Amino acid sequence: MNKIRALIVDDSSVMRKIIERSLRQAGLDLEKIVEAGNGAEALGVLRDNPVDLILCDINMPVMDGLEFVRQIGTVESAKGVPIVMITTEGSESHVVQALSAGARGYIRKPFTPDQVKEHVLPVLEKALEKKS
Amino acid sequence: MKTDTSIAARAQEENWLPILELALQEVFEIMLGCRLEPASGSEHRTGGDITGMVGLAGSACGVLTVCCSTRTATAVAKHMLGAETVRSEDHVWDALGEICNMVAGNFKNKLSGMDGTCMLSVPTVITGGEYSFHSLADGGCLETTMLFESMPVIVRLDLHS
Repeated sequence: MNKIRALIVDDSSVMRKIIERSLRQAGLDLEKIVEAGNGAEALGVLRDNPVDLILCDINMPVMDGLEFVRQIGTVESAKGVPIVMITTEGSESHVVQALSAGARGYIRKPFTPDQVKEHVLPVLEKALEKKS
Repeated sequence: MKTDTSIAARAQEENWLPILELALQEVFEIMLGCRLEPASGSEHRTGGDITGMVGLAGSACGVLTVCCSTRTATAVAKHMLGAETVRSEDHVWDALGEICNMVAGNFKNKLSGMDGTCMLSVPTVITGGEYSFHSLADGGCLETTMLFESMPVIVRLDLHS
């Protein structure tokens, strides 16, 4: 797999570091990691930093993860970029809302690095295939 | 979910305490790779000086807290991030807030009938132990203490009826 540029969106800097570590443990060759603490900040980050993959929390201040997924189409360079939600919100209705809004995967916290690998790699491979 | 029974009554009827303990244990096992041990009676009384709080609203209303010593919270942060990465109090506060958030989420995900109707607030962390906790929740509370590397971690859920 090519070198990957990823955006991690979570209001916890600790969780952003854990997610980054999990991506590396999943075997992803990370060229660049950019971070944001909420959905609104993430939209701004995306305008200046094209990425191949987005991992996003749901419960965040300012703009939550579901609203971010709904608004991501406003950023031209982010269209088609796969989004995987990583969140404590584990109910079926949240999963349905996230997938309906455009997310491609859903991981419940607490999570293991294996779960990140299992949910992220197929989504990413599919998106890269489509792109090439 | 039952609609003719208050959430506090349901917590009593269904005995939610073991579910809360399981939610706490799973978070520590999965995110820290550590197994928590049950606390003895004397350890139940040991107070902490750092408290993570997450509010619940919707089908279950109340507040979930995770309280421990700063030493314990620092050890938790080091397990989560690696000792070399924990350089400031911010990391310790953030780590405890996330633990509290995951315990609350894991707990509500284990309860039947909550299906998206119980929401969580973003976490808040209070430092210092010189305060009294006066919950306005009128549905009683569930509380348990477990040991992380022989240090007590107290988790408490106060519910509105």
